[in-house]
Amino acid sequence: MKTEYTITVYTENQVGLLNRIAIIFSRRKINIESLNVSPSEAESIHRFTIVINETEEVVRKLCRQIERQVEVLKAYYNTNDEIIWQEMALYKISTDAVAEKLKVERLLRECGARAVVIRKDYTIFETTGHREETDKLVEVLAPFGLIEFVRSARVAIIKASNGFHEKLKEFEAYEPAEELIENEFLNKQDEVFTM
Amino acid sequence: MQTLEKEITKTEVATTTISGSQALLEALIAEGVDTVFGYPGGAIMPIYDALYDYHDRLKHILVRHEQGGIHAGQGYARTSGRVGVVFATSGPGATNLVTGLADAQIDSTPLVCITGQVFAHLLGTDAFQETDVINITTPVTKWNYQVTDANEIPHILAKAFFIARTGRPGPVLIDITKNAQLQKIEYAGYKKCEHIRSYRPKPIIRKEYIAEAAKLINEAKKPFVLLGQGVILGKAENEFRAFIEKGNLPAAWTLLGLSALPTDHPLNVGMLGMHGNYGPNVLTNECDVLIAVGMRFDDRVTGRLDKYAKQAKIIHLDIDPAEIDKNVKSTVPVWGDCKETLPLLTKAIEERNHSEWLAKFAAYTKEENEVVIHKELNPDTDELTMGEVIRLMNEISGGEAVVVTDVGQHQMVASRYAKFNKSKSNVTSGGLGTMGFALPAAIGAKFGVKDRTVVAIIGDGGFQMTLQELGTIMQAEVDVKILILNNRFLGMVRQWQQLFHDKRYSFVDIQSPDYVQLAKAYGIAGATVDNRSNLKDAVRKMLNSEGAYLLEVMVGKENNVFPMVPQGCSVAEIRLK
Repeated sequence: MKTEYTITVYTENQVGLLNRIAIIFSRRKINIESLNVSPSEAESIHRFTIVINETEEVVRKLCRQIERQVEVLKAYYNTNDEIIWQEMALYKISTDAVAEKLKVERLLRECGARAVVIRKDYTIFETTGHREETDKLVEVLAPFGLIEFVRSARVAIIKASNGFHEKLKEFEAYEPAEELIENEFLNKQDEVFTM
Repeated sequence: MQTLEKEITKTEVATTTISGSQALLEALIAEGVDTVFGYPGGAIMPIYDALYDYHDRLKHILVRHEQGGIHAGQGYARTSGRVGVVFATSGPGATNLVTGLADAQIDSTPLVCITGQVFAHLLGTDAFQETDVINITTPVTKWNYQVTDANEIPHILAKAFFIARTGRPGPVLIDITKNAQLQKIEYAGYKKCEHIRSYRPKPIIRKEYIAEAAKLINEAKKPFVLLGQGVILGKAENEFRAFIEKGNLPAAWTLLGLSALPTDHPLNVGMLGMHGNYGPNVLTNECDVLIAVGMRFDDRVTGRLDKYAKQAKIIHLDIDPAEIDKNVKSTVPVWGDCKETLPLLTKAIEERNHSEWLAKFAAYTKEENEVVIHKELNPDTDELTMGEVIRLMNEISGGEAVVVTDVGQHQMVASRYAKFNKSKSNVTSGGLGTMGFALPAAIGAKFGVKDRTVVAIIGDGGFQMTLQELGTIMQAEVDVKILILNNRFLGMVRQWQQLFHDKRYSFVDIQSPDYVQLAKAYGIAGATVDNRSNLKDAVRKMLNSEGAYLLEVMVGKENNVFPMVPQGCSVAEIRLK
């Protein structure tokens, strides 16, 4: 069954790597819902956060293909239960609408929106949260004339992760430490799957 | 920064001032490269200028088209077991490499391709012969990199060779801007790369999986081994042999696994796949343990996947973790280099006899022989068959020749019947199926093994795709034997049209020039033969000729390759006719 997965990829900072990773998805006609690239907790290591809707089998294979890339150190995939994530959104609406209509102010307050810029002609609000939350504010602001809206990609922290510092030391050593990967297929060969 | 500079002066590294182009050529020499296949052009001229002074240490073969250059590099890599090196200029020179890169990527052939690029300050300006070669080649390279500063050249080349030849090998492309080729650098010598922190060439061997695999093999009544190119790439032919001999395990090879084991080894039961042998295909769906070594369960091997070896427990040995469970779920994955995993497995398995099971393979071979093989190799009709040409080649060469095949019917017939005594004796385009591959690949193959006879077996369609490389053969005096099996059709497509499209022969009727005259124009001796009485002498003359020789054999127009697993069918549904 297709569900939302968040793929976290630890990589070198290398020109062209974004393309190398992106074509792994596009080659298989898989749409990337959201993509974020940022520094990670480990110095000089970058962190891709990619959200896709796919089955676990496909996601697992995609991660193996991503890990094959020379400049990729590690790719993890997680369901939404296994991560803490946020997305940020910006909303531009007319300052008059905010000032005149009490309802707008109440709505913004309810949604935890924060004013970033207030000018005579417009005000920019910001909210952070899950997609449903940021989407909801779009919906309620629309009747009051939402001038512009933009939402960032997802950033996510894996709940069970201890970070990449130790892992990086393994990668830097010539003989990396043994990694335990559970093989859930032992003696289970009743179905063959395709990508 | 200042302190760093001081420290460097303190250690007093002896440096010399050389250009980026010289640094590149020094890198090639340090990596043991002896032959480069290439074609010059504007953006790679500084490298060619430097090459002028290196011609005594680096042999450069001037090809007639960059695609020919890269296929030659592939042929060289496949017969020598070393990294093939190719030069091309920017723009069209670089784009002409793409087919060869895709071919090398899917068939895991180690290559380092060097392309020239416009000056760094012109990048992105649509300069003359500028093309975005890095982005064009990203999907078809194991790694690629654009050098804009000559100081990068030594360590980038070291990385390139390390990546190309280690782990699952593959093509690497290094694009060097013209300013970097010209730039003078302080050169402190070349240091080979042995480790890249983000790159693990081979996974760690998990001992418990070896034990688990050995247990399955020891319990098996009907074990069956699939042998892929991984055995050749891992230089594990002896380890493989020891493994199957201890357990008396029947082994079938994939198209790219050909020659990893001698053809007449008693445990070699033939070829897998769409046009493979009868027994290996049928018994895939009867074995109880399937042991795949260095192969990737290509669809041409598995046929219909949901009916593939469902009854069997599957042990998959591969160096590339992405291949495990990609197409066929493994019961026991044995990750690692088969050079290391096979001896561990051999140690853990018990000696077995499996004579009943082996007899089953023999019975299928007998049936295939009666229905297909005998009449293909010893036809009773007037028309010549491709099979009998291969049989005669085997009789005369004794299985000592390197066989380079193109793509199509002749490829399948040659792969089925050619005899191999030594590993790395088969060069073909398997995964990509590149028509036009054989002629240039044979040129490279010959440079890879200069003391062996190299025979390029090519159809009349494929030969016409890259026949310009006759010029390379002429100029570099390459001793390749060219065997054209001419059926005046694009035979494999015609076969499918006959079998699956009601004989609607849509654009498969292809005319040929006079190949003997064509060869003559290039100073290459040749002959054409269309009857059986002259055939053996003609094949002998080709194999024994001094230098290059072209032999065209007019074979039956509408012969089909059998057995055949029709597309979408299970391997057990293989047709003998």
